Amino acid sequence: MSIIVDKISYIYEEGSSMERLALDNISCVIEQGEFIGVIGHTGSGKSTFIQHLNGLLKANKGHIYYNEQDIYAPDFKMQELRKHVGLVFQYPEHQLFESTIFKDVCFGPKNLGFSDKDTQIAAFNALRQVGLDESLYYQSPFDLSGGQKRRVAIAGVLAMKPDVIILDEPTAGLDPKGRDEILDCVKKLHDEMKITVILVSHSMEDVAKYVDRIMVINDGKLVFNNEPKAVFARHEELEKIGLAAPSVTYIMEDLYKAGFDVDRSAITIEEAKNSILNLLK
Amino acid sequence: MLRDITLGQYYRANSLIHRLDPRVKLLGTLIFIISLFLGQSIWLYALITVALIAVIKLSKVPLKYITKGMKSIVILVIISAAFNLFLTDGEVIFRFWKLTITREGIYQCVFMIIRLIYLICGTSIMTLTTTPTNLTDGIEKGLDFLNKIKVPVHEVAMMMSIALRFIPILMEETDKIMKAQMARGADFESGNLVKRAKALIPILVPLFVSAFRRANDLAMAMEARCYHGSEGRTKMKPLKYKSRDHKAYIALGVYSVLVIAISIFMKGRFI
Repeated sequence: MSIIVDKISYIYEEGSSMERLALDNISCVIEQGEFIGVIGHTGSGKSTFIQHLNGLLKANKGHIYYNEQDIYAPDFKMQELRKHVGLVFQYPEHQLFESTIFKDVCFGPKNLGFSDKDTQIAAFNALRQVGLDESLYYQSPFDLSGGQKRRVAIAGVLAMKPDVIILDEPTAGLDPKGRDEILDCVKKLHDEMKITVILVSHSMEDVAKYVDRIMVINDGKLVFNNEPKAVFARHEELEKIGLAAPSVTYIMEDLYKAGFDVDRSAITIEEAKNSILNLLK
Repeated sequence: MLRDITLGQYYRANSLIHRLDPRVKLLGTLIFIISLFLGQSIWLYALITVALIAVIKLSKVPLKYITKGMKSIVILVIISAAFNLFLTDGEVIFRFWKLTITREGIYQCVFMIIRLIYLICGTSIMTLTTTPTNLTDGIEKGLDFLNKIKVPVHEVAMMMSIALRFIPILMEETDKIMKAQMARGADFESGNLVKRAKALIPILVPLFVSAFRRANDLAMAMEARCYHGSEGRTKMKPLKYKSRDHKAYIALGVYSVLVIAISIFMKGRFI
């Protein structure tokens, strides 16, 4: 499984006074089993970009290849792509509609033509993976808390057994506990099920902590595509486009400037802690 | 699909029509609609066409943008054209099985198509060139006199402006929900009517839930800012007529006189 994005461009509202270039010549490769973070300020084109990856938006120019198949070829089945590339939108809890949580999670697999039994097994597994309490399965999704609703919505996509899961700001509007729960759950999916994860986020801390590779999008262009340490090392350029490195990197930077021989490239609290402890030994 | 509905959308541009007082545009639209139904003379329609083209040109809204809104009324136009074509009595020209086409029917049919298309064009021009806030301001001020007979004009106008304001928001929301459900394998395009209707449930339920949530939030926000209706409420930008508005009124007057003159003079004749 791999996704190859070849020079795609996308224009919103082409031909009207509101026309604007949302994606400008983006190319990248996403391999099986990667954990990728996509960052960029609001309106940079992140959400537009990820909607291309499962064919919800069609690029005006360029091609996308999934498993060496051109997804814009006339005989390519989009539903097949959407089965393999699951997309969890921002505030996914707003898309719940069924009378019970379980039925809602069944919606995806049922659409894909799973048998009744397979659908139910997939739904159970997905709900277990997101760690939702079993006593809740047959309750209305509208009675849940925000974090729980979101987990149900993520389970709704997981139940389709995707190879790739894309999460568009899955932690927006959640409290720190809910945020950690969701991200740990995603991390577990990635580690245990070997699912490729693409995480869109505004939180540099989250990205630094979880992902293997960062893609930075600014004004529709892919400006960085590299390991977190390499990207955050260039925090001055990031600041120019309205982003930043994790706070802890700045602390380490200041410590270094103050004459302490600490690891300036630390991007997580854990790394910083180890580096400082080493120094104090 | 949903983006094709231009009714109630605003097109940002800087033109004379955009700058006109909304009351002028409202009255103009009303006169335009009435004039469409004031007879069946070719000369009348020629005048209306000229007026409409002039206004469209002045408004700087691309014609493509206006015609985009037509797609949604194609079926309505076809049905009403067919009824007029086959069900009008008169001089028979063509007979086929149980269907007869009369000379009058053809005229009626053509006029009906023109009327409907012009109707949509004319009203779209108004909504495309007037922001919803301006529009309701215009309605509120224009119907001021109804306050005397205890009609809550301000409240009605406020409801209208909120409704109009929510059209694009809900459309965006629908788009988002549709995409989300499509990402979960939902299929809205194939299957018979029952299947398609059922496929709408996953869109409509979240849409209603979010509409209620938004309504609730809005009510709360309005109360938090002490909104209490019209009494003692002043405007930040009160509507004031400028010289271009007076000129537009004169143009409207000339248009009305011409229309009335033609319809009286050409009464009952086509050419």
